[in-house]
Amino acid sequence: MEPELRSWKEPHRLVLLAIAIGIVVFAATTMRWDWLPRYSGKLVTGVGTTLWLLFLTSVLGFLLAVPLGLAQAAGPFWLSGPARAFCTVIRGTPLLLQLWLLYYGLGSLFAYWPEIRQSWAWPYLRSAWPYGVLALTMSFAGYEGEVMRGAFAGVPKGELEAARAYGMSPFTAFRRIWLPRAIHRALPTLAGETVLQLKATPLVATITVVDVYAIISRVRQDTFLTYEPLLLLALIYMILTGVLVVAFRWLEARVPVQS
Amino acid sequence: MLDWITGIAAWELLALEPPGWGGVLLKGLAVSLQVAVGGYILGFLIGIGGATGKLYGGPILRDVLDVYTTLVRAVPELVLILLLYYAGTDALNKIMILMGAERTDISGLAAGIFVIGVVQGAYQTEVLRGAFKAVPYGQIEAARAYGMSSLQVLRRIILPGMLPHAVPGLANLWLIATKDTALLAVVGVSELTLVTRQAGGTTKSYFLFFMAAGLLYLMVTLLSNVVIRRVERHARRGMTAVR
Repeated sequence: MEPELRSWKEPHRLVLLAIAIGIVVFAATTMRWDWLPRYSGKLVTGVGTTLWLLFLTSVLGFLLAVPLGLAQAAGPFWLSGPARAFCTVIRGTPLLLQLWLLYYGLGSLFAYWPEIRQSWAWPYLRSAWPYGVLALTMSFAGYEGEVMRGAFAGVPKGELEAARAYGMSPFTAFRRIWLPRAIHRALPTLAGETVLQLKATPLVATITVVDVYAIISRVRQDTFLTYEPLLLLALIYMILTGVLVVAFRWLEARVPVQS
Repeated sequence: MLDWITGIAAWELLALEPPGWGGVLLKGLAVSLQVAVGGYILGFLIGIGGATGKLYGGPILRDVLDVYTTLVRAVPELVLILLLYYAGTDALNKIMILMGAERTDISGLAAGIFVIGVVQGAYQTEVLRGAFKAVPYGQIEAARAYGMSSLQVLRRIILPGMLPHAVPGLANLWLIATKDTALLAVVGVSELTLVTRQAGGTTKSYFLFFMAAGLLYLMVTLLSNVVIRRVERHARRGMTAVR
C-alpha cells in the first residue's frame, strides 16, 4: 500500500481539521497567553541557541563519526576495538547520564586543579555549554559512527580496486571514491539522526545552558503555568522538526542517485 | 587534585549498606527496569492496536493514528514526558474525583510507565505496521483457502511471518526504552539517574557514582543484546542468512 495522496477535501478530513481548529481556538481563548509578549524576545534567542547547538554538534559529531566508522570497518584491531567500545558505551548509556557525568564529574575534577583554574581555559570550563557541546557531539558521533561503519563496509570492493588500478594512492582513493560513496550511502539516515539530535538538545537545559527549553522552564517558574508553555514548546519543536525534514528532503533530491 | 582522586577511588561509598550508596543505586536500577518493562509492554499493546488500526481501520481512525505517531515522533521525549506526566496525573485525579474518590498522589512509577508507554506506542506502531506489511498477502490468502480461522491465520502465518521483520526494530525500541527512563529524573522519579545524582550531590563523588550508573546501564544493554541475538536467531530460523 503506497501512502495515498493527502487531500484535505475528503469530508472526514474537513471534520478533523475543524476539530483541530476548534482545539486551537479553545486553547487560544481559554488558556493564559498574556506572558507571551514578555518572553518572545528571549524565546527567539533560545530557539537560536537550540539551532546553533544542533548545527555545531551535528557537524562536529559527523566529522568524528567518519574516522570512527572507518576504524571499525577497515582499521587494525587497536583502532577498531576502541572505536567499537566508544560506540557501544555511547549507545548503551543514557545521554542525560553522560551529560551529568561530564558536567558534574569532569567539572569538579577541573575545579580541583589549580593549574587549570588559573589558565585561560577556566572561564570556558566553568560555564556549562562546553560540556553540553561535548556530550551532544559524542552522542551524535556514537550513533552516526555506527552508520558510517556500515556505509564504509558497504562500498563495493570493485570500485576501490578500480581506483587502485588507476594508480591512485590509498589516500586519493579514500578522498575521491571511498568517502564520497560512503557519505552517499549514509545520507538517508542522516535526516533521521539530525531530528534525533534536535530532540536531544533540550537535555542541556538540565546543566543550565539557556536554550529554548530552558526559557520555557523559566516561564513555567515565573508564571506557575503548567500546560501553556509546554504546549508552545511542543509546537516550536514540531515546527523545527518539520523544517529539518523538508530541508533534508530538498538536499536529498539534489544528490544524484543511480538505481 | 589528590582529593579528587581519593574521591573517585572511594569504593566504600558503593557499599550496599546505608553508609554506602550501592543499595540505593540498585534500587534505582530496579525502578528504571520496572518502568522500562512496563512502558515497553504498554507500548507494545498500543503498537499492536495502532498498527492494526493503521492497516485495517477506517479513514478517520487512520488519520487520528497518523496524528498521534507524527506528534510523538516530532516532539522531544523530555517535553513529552513533562506534558504527559502532568496531564496524565491531572486527568487521573479528575477521574478519581468524578468517581467520588479522594485526590491521590499518583506514584512516579505508574506515571513513568504511562509516559514511556505512550512514547513507545508511537514508535512500535510504525515498526509493527511495517512488519505486518512484510507478510506476503498470498500466504494469508492461502491459509484462508485452507480453511484456517482468522485466529489460526494470525497464530500460524502472520505472527511467525512478521517476527523476523519486527525483531530488529522492537529490539532497538527496547534499548531506547531502557535509556528513556533516565529522562524521568527530570520530573523527580527516583530512578537510577536521579538517585545517582543525589548520591553524587551528597558525597561530592560525582564521577564515581556516574561511572557506576553508566556501567549498570551498559550491563543492561549488553545483556539485552545477548537475549536479542537469541530471539532474532529463533525468529529467522529457516531463512537464508543475509551474510
